Amino acid sequence: MQLIYEQSIPGRPGVSLPASDVPPAAGLSAELRRAEAAVLPEVSELDLVRHFTLLSRRNFSVDTNFYPLGSCTMKYNAKAIEEAARAFVPYHPMVALLPHGASYCQGSLALAYELGRTLTEITGMDEVTTQPLAGAHGEMTGIMMVAAYHRAKGNKKRYVVVPDSSHGTNPASAAMVGYEIITVPTAAYGDMDLERFREVMTDEVAAVMMTCPNTLGLFNPHIREICDLAHDHDALVYYDGANLNAILGKVRPGDVGFDVIHVNLHKTFGTPHGGGGPGSGPVGVKKELIPFLPGPRIVRNDDGSYALESALPESIGRTAGFFGNFGVMAKAYAYMVMLGRAGLIQVSEQAVLSANYVMSRLKDLYELPYETSCMHECVFSAVRQAKNGVHAIDIAKFLIDRGFHPPTVYFPLIVKEAIMIEPTETESKETLDAFIAVMREAAELAERDPAAFATLPQSMPVSRLDETKAAREQNVCFGSW
Amino acid sequence: MSRAGYCPTTPEEERQMLDAIGVTSIDDLFRPIAPGLRAKSFDLPDGMSEFEMLRTFQELAAKNAQHLVTFVGGGYYDHLIPTVVDHLTGRAEFYTAYTPYQPECAQGTLQALFEYQTAICRLTGLDVANASLYDGGTALAEAALMALRVTGRRRLVIDGAVNPFHREIVRTYLANLDVELLEIPPKLGLEDDARLRAAIDGSVAAVLVQNPNFFGSVSDFRRLADEIHAAGGLLVVSTYPVSLGLVATPGEMGADIAVGDGQSLGNPLSFGGPSFGLIASRKEFIRNLPGRIIGETVDRHGERGFVLTLQAREQHIKRHKATSNICSNQSLCALRGLIFLSSLGRQGFAELARLNYDKAEYAKQALGRLSGVEVMNGGATFNEFTVCLPKDAAEVVAGLLRKGVAAGVPLGSYYPDMGHCLVVTVTEKRTREEIDTFVRQLEGALCN
Repeated sequence: MQLIYEQSIPGRPGVSLPASDVPPAAGLSAELRRAEAAVLPEVSELDLVRHFTLLSRRNFSVDTNFYPLGSCTMKYNAKAIEEAARAFVPYHPMVALLPHGASYCQGSLALAYELGRTLTEITGMDEVTTQPLAGAHGEMTGIMMVAAYHRAKGNKKRYVVVPDSSHGTNPASAAMVGYEIITVPTAAYGDMDLERFREVMTDEVAAVMMTCPNTLGLFNPHIREICDLAHDHDALVYYDGANLNAILGKVRPGDVGFDVIHVNLHKTFGTPHGGGGPGSGPVGVKKELIPFLPGPRIVRNDDGSYALESALPESIGRTAGFFGNFGVMAKAYAYMVMLGRAGLIQVSEQAVLSANYVMSRLKDLYELPYETSCMHECVFSAVRQAKNGVHAIDIAKFLIDRGFHPPTVYFPLIVKEAIMIEPTETESKETLDAFIAVMREAAELAERDPAAFATLPQSMPVSRLDETKAAREQNVCFGSW
Repeated sequence: MSRAGYCPTTPEEERQMLDAIGVTSIDDLFRPIAPGLRAKSFDLPDGMSEFEMLRTFQELAAKNAQHLVTFVGGGYYDHLIPTVVDHLTGRAEFYTAYTPYQPECAQGTLQALFEYQTAICRLTGLDVANASLYDGGTALAEAALMALRVTGRRRLVIDGAVNPFHREIVRTYLANLDVELLEIPPKLGLEDDARLRAAIDGSVAAVLVQNPNFFGSVSDFRRLADEIHAAGGLLVVSTYPVSLGLVATPGEMGADIAVGDGQSLGNPLSFGGPSFGLIASRKEFIRNLPGRIIGETVDRHGERGFVLTLQAREQHIKRHKATSNICSNQSLCALRGLIFLSSLGRQGFAELARLNYDKAEYAKQALGRLSGVEVMNGGATFNEFTVCLPKDAAEVVAGLLRKGVAAGVPLGSYYPDMGHCLVVTVTEKRTREEIDTFVRQLEGALCN
C-alpha cells in the first residue's frame, strides 16, 4: 500500500482554515524562519479518509477479532465510556493552576479525585496519584517515592529485587531511578524461589517488585511472607498491577502488605489501547509514602469542593505535565461507575473462569510448564511442537490466518516457547470454543505436516516480514526532506 | 445491572465450563488464595446503566466553568481540530488494537506510525524519530537521559526559560541519579544566550533549551549549538510543534535532539491529557533513542511492510539495561498528530502557523499600547508573549476569570521576581473581536 506521502500532489489543498481577521504582521527575520515549509502530504480530504480507512483495515483489533494477548487484558471497550469522556474534552488544564482557578474546574477535579478514592478502595491503599501516564511510568513514579522514603529516613539502599518472571518494565523502571537489580529465579512451583529470596534480602534492598498473580498466571501463596520479610529489612514492596483483573474484589494488595501499587487503567478498567497507548498508570500508596506523592495533589476540602495542593515539601515533584491522561481516567471511571461493586467482582470471576476453561481444553496438546489452576491467564509452552520444528511464533501465524490475534509469545522469558493466553471476561463461550478448536488444529498440524507452517500467514496483506533487514537498514523515515 | 459488566456467559454455559475444568464452583478457582489473604473490604456503590452513568457524567462536567475565553497556554494550546481527525482515529481497528507485536495483522498501526515518524522528522529537520513518548515534559527528561548516555558525561545545563513544569519533570527524573543539573535563571528582555554559552565546558553532556521559550520568545540557537558541539556536548531543543510551520527547525539550528508536546497537533485539551511526546534526533544516535521505533522492510515476497525495529534497546528484551522503561506510549495521539498534519497539508500547516503568529502579534501590539503595560520580550515571539502589568498579575487574572476570561499565565508562582508579568497566548481560534474585548477588559482591570 502506498504511503500518504506517495499520494501527495504539490499544490493540492487540504482542510481550509478560517480567513485571517487581523492585519498581517511583519514577519520573522530570515534567521528565525524555517528555510522551506515542512514537506507534509498534499492530499484531498477524500484521499485522506480513504487512506486511513484502508490502513485501519490492515489491523486486528478487539472490535474485529478475539485478541487474547496475555498480560495486556484486551477486553471489550464499552462505547458508553467514550461518550462519557467526551463531556470533559474542552477544558484547559492550566485554568486549574491559575490563582483561584480550581473553582472553575470543579467537575474535572472531582472526577480525578473520585477516581483516586475508588482506586484506593479497590486496591486497599491509602492514597492515589493519577499523574503517571502509563503502567511503566507508574512503576518509575512508585520507585521514586520509595527512594524518597529511604532518603528521608537516612536509609542507605542500593538494590531492587525482582523475580525473573517479572515484566521487563519492573527492572527497567528501578534502573531509571538509579537502583541496581537483583533477579531471583522462579522455583519449580512457578513462583519466586523463596529460599533464594531469603538469601538476597538484606538491609541494602530498597524494594521488592512483585506481580501477583504473576506472569505465569499463578497466585503466589507466600506473598504475605515475602512482604513481611521485606518489611523486616525496611524494604518496601511494590505491586505491579498489570494483572489486577484477576483479583478485583478478591484480594486487595494493600491488605496483604504491599506499600505501592500501579494500576493499568487501560487493562483492568476497560479503556481502549489505541494501538499502543494512551494508557494510564495511577499509583496507590500506603500512609507512610503519602508525603512523597507527586504534586500538585488534588484534595477535597471540608465543604466538599476540590482544590489543588502544591506546597508539598517532601514530594518527588511532577512526573508528568498535568493531572495524568485525563481522557483515559474519565473512561476508566465511567467503567467503574457502570459496573459497580458486583460488576467488578464478576469481572475477575469470569476472567478466571475463561482462562481456566481454555487451559483445561488445551493442556492435553500443549505443555503446561507449571501444572496448577491459573488465574486470569494461562501460559503454555510449545516445546512439544518445537521438537517437530514448529515454534510458538509459527502457531501465532497459524492463528492469524484463522482470524485470531495470537496470544503473547516468548514471554515470560523464563518459559521456553511461551504462549500466554488471556481470554478476558468479555468473550463468549462460542468464541473461546472456536479459539480452542483452532489451537487444537494447530497442534495436530504440527504433528502431521510441520512444514506447512513455514509459509504462514497467507491471508494478510503481507506475509512474514524480514526483521533483520529492518534492523540493519534502519529505514525509519520516508525519503529525504 | 443484570449479569453485570459486559460478561456474556450464561449460567448454563458457566456450568459447562466449570464441568470441563473439573470444579464445582467459581469459588473453587480462587482456592489457591488463602482465606487470610482475601479482601477486607470492597465498599463500592452499585452499578448503573449507561444512561444513568452518562447523566452523572454530564452533571459532573457541568460543574466546570463553561465558555471561558482562553488566552492561557503554558504547554497546552487551544487549536482547531479538523473533524476528520476524530473520525479516522475513532476507527475501531486503530482504537481497540494494542502494540503491534504481530506485524502481519498490525500493518495499519505500523504504517501509520512510520508515516508519523516521517512527519516528525520533516517538522523538526532531524533524521530519525520514534513512535512517540508520553508528553512534552517526559520527552525532555528522556532527551536529557539520552544525552547522558550518548556522551557518557554527568552534567546538564538547562535554560530557566524552559517550561517550569518540564524543568520540574527533568529534576524529578534526575533526582536519584548522580547527575548535576545547572539551571540558568532567565532574564526577560535579554534573550541572548550568552549566559548559557558561558556555562559550557568539556564536562557538559547537553544544553537544554526551548524554542519558543516559556515567555514566547523565539531565539536563534546556532551559536549555542556550535559552542556546545565544540565542547563535545549536545544541544537539546524542546519545541512547540505548531511553530514549526514558520520558525527555523531544531535541525536548522544545529540541535542533536528535538522534543516537544504533540497536543497542539490535533489532540484536544482534555484537561491535560492524553497528548504525546515527540522525540527526534540525528541518525547516529538512533540506538540511544528511547521507546518504540517502526522500520520499513519487506516480506517473503518482496512486498513492503513495517515492523517494530531495534527492539534490543527496549525493556521487554534488555530489562534493566534498556534505554528507557517506556512500554505503552501514546500511539493513538501520535496518529491524531499525523492525520492532523496530513489534513492541513504542507501549505495549510504553514498557514496555520502564520495565522497564530499574526493573531498574537495583533494582540501583543494592542496590549502594548495600554498605559502602564510593557511587552517584555526582547525580540520575536510566536503565538505567546509576556507583558508586565502595573499590578500583581495573579490578582488581575483572578479578577478577569470572574468575567469569563482566562487572561494568561501569571509568572509569580514560577519566577518569584516576575509577579507582575503575564504570559498571554493567542491561537488561531481567537477572533479579532475576542482579542479586542480582552484588551478592553484588561485595561479595565488595570484601572480599578
